[in-house]
Amino acid sequence: MFAQIEKLGASVIQKFEEVGRLSVFLYHTVLGLFSRPFGFQELLKQIAFIGARSMPIILLSGLFTGMVLALQFYDVLARFGSVDLMGSAVSLSLIQELGPVMTALMVIARVGSSTCAEIAIMRNEQQFDALTCMAINPYRYVMAPRLLAALISIPLLTAIFNLIGIFGGYVVGVFIKGLSGTAYMQTIIDTIIWSDLRMSIVKSFLFAVIIIWIAMGKGFFVHLEKGVSGAESVGRVTTKAVVASAITMLFADYIASSFLI
Amino acid sequence: MTENSQKPSVLIDVKDLNSGYGDRQVLYDINLSVNDGEILVIMGGSGSGKSTLLKNMLGLKEPSDGRVLVHGLDLSNASQSELLKLRRSTGVAFQGGALLSSLSVGDNIKLPLRQHTDLDENTISIMTRLKLELMSLADCEDLMPSELSGGMLKRAGLARAVIMDPKILFFDEPSAGLDPVTSVELDQLILKLRKAMNMTIVVVTHELESAFTIADRIAVLADGELVTTGSVDEIKACTDKRVANLINRSPRDVQIDAEKYLSRLTKGAK
Amino acid sequence: MKKLSLEFIVGLFLLTGIAAITYLSVVVSGVSSIGFDGYRLMAKFENSSGLKRGSVVEIAGVKIGQVESISLDSETQESLIWLEIEKGVDIQDDAIASIRTAGIIGDKFIKISPGGGDPLSDGDEIIETEPAISIEELVSKYIFDT
Repeated sequence: MFAQIEKLGASVIQKFEEVGRLSVFLYHTVLGLFSRPFGFQELLKQIAFIGARSMPIILLSGLFTGMVLALQFYDVLARFGSVDLMGSAVSLSLIQELGPVMTALMVIARVGSSTCAEIAIMRNEQQFDALTCMAINPYRYVMAPRLLAALISIPLLTAIFNLIGIFGGYVVGVFIKGLSGTAYMQTIIDTIIWSDLRMSIVKSFLFAVIIIWIAMGKGFFVHLEKGVSGAESVGRVTTKAVVASAITMLFADYIASSFLI
Repeated sequence: MTENSQKPSVLIDVKDLNSGYGDRQVLYDINLSVNDGEILVIMGGSGSGKSTLLKNMLGLKEPSDGRVLVHGLDLSNASQSELLKLRRSTGVAFQGGALLSSLSVGDNIKLPLRQHTDLDENTISIMTRLKLELMSLADCEDLMPSELSGGMLKRAGLARAVIMDPKILFFDEPSAGLDPVTSVELDQLILKLRKAMNMTIVVVTHELESAFTIADRIAVLADGELVTTGSVDEIKACTDKRVANLINRSPRDVQIDAEKYLSRLTKGAK
Repeated sequence: MKKLSLEFIVGLFLLTGIAAITYLSVVVSGVSSIGFDGYRLMAKFENSSGLKRGSVVEIAGVKIGQVESISLDSETQESLIWLEIEKGVDIQDDAIASIRTAGIIGDKFIKISPGGGDPLSDGDEIIETEPAISIEELVSKYIFDT
């Protein structure tokens, strides 16, 4: 019985240690943003990877999400005789919630997993030790460009998701359900206000930090994972990173919504 | 061995080093010095603490007790700029090369030059190719690390380690995973480097033949303790059991209790 | 097909993203009111219940502006409303601003009935106002009066 309690206490302490480690990690990464020389080449590479190459998946998922929303709302609104409101319903759901959240999930799946694995492999192959011994700050050279790239790319991706989602809703509303296109757009213009967009942008920045921080942090400390090594440890931290960032993101979504709605 | 009238100057001084991970202590009271211009081989079996000692000497790990002094600088107390200066004149060749996977071999080797010097690209290019030729890697400049064999990775890592003509070179397990022929070639390379560039070299290895070939002095580690230090002949003649076992490649002496052995075998049988 | 350079891909992405954000901001959410080319008028109401920021301001059923802000005038205990009116639309000093409901249970909007006097300028007050008609007040008035 006592053994169980001991174990519980130990794992709680472990969790606190991990949070502490990750916070220090974030601190050094942010500091690395301001150290010179700044890895501009690396930044470009990362924006291409995180942002540009996520475009296909964002366009597809945005389109389908918008279309499904339109179908869903049409069904509900038809029962109340207010199908004209569909434009505002679709756009509001996208801009306030689904845009930031779905974009974040897609990015976690694509970027979160591979970044975590990449950093973990670098750790396992002693590449960070090598950088340190070459007097190159690994936070400045490896982590900071990725953080900045995420902060730039993810809000942009979210905006693209929102837009293509609204378009998807338009396609369903106008071509499948026969609504007026101008009415659809007009309800959107009438309903959406700046604070909605602001919520979308704030959330996307918040999610960007969460995603890239957890992905890099978990990978960076892979050597501290007990009981595994090599390829297995990389797999394990990657899974942990994806799950942790998804859950943290959803929690942050709730907090942000309660402040901003 | 030439006799000097003056004492050789000490470049690296490890004093009373105790180091470990969390609750687990790995190194006990290590006292070791590395002289200017010598090749010191740190030898020991698996689990003897070699990698931990190396990490402490590189400043990658803090000791729990004791100090590591390089050029008189205490690694734990050094300022960032002092450490930076020191690291620029120290080269480290890691096991497996530790090349950055996103850069080509050439870019990997050029990295220290690009980061720390104002040299123009042409000069950097020539310097890089010089080192590549030295390591017999002339055709590999544009290859990616994933396209290299184990031996080539090590040589590339070595090229990067020496690109800034460091005063001190550390080499972690040069022979690990290499076939005997490549291993011998690497040994010759190390000797050539010392002669050509007047480096002080610290090699961590468990390969006897390599150690005997290249070492001026050998330090033997066992179970976290420094058993002895001496020249190749002194080590070969050493009477300490652990050293002798290492030299003669005998397995450790484990007494088997017949009764306990039998009970271990039959544990849990119905 | 020529391999696209890194800079090109990044540039394309950034442009697309910025275009998306800009489009959303300006067109969709009417942030154009920040560079709003018009003027502001003020009106005080006894009761502006149901009116909100962004509510439409109409003359003869045509939208000519929107509600910019709603606050409480602590001296007179009345609702103090600032209206954004489009440039080129004149509102006279004896015009009446009334709060009406679209339909029976729809959104509230402000209806301006034109007067015959001189046009108001930026920052002026519309003096004549009619408060919102609340269904509940009407019904309770009916119930408790008879």
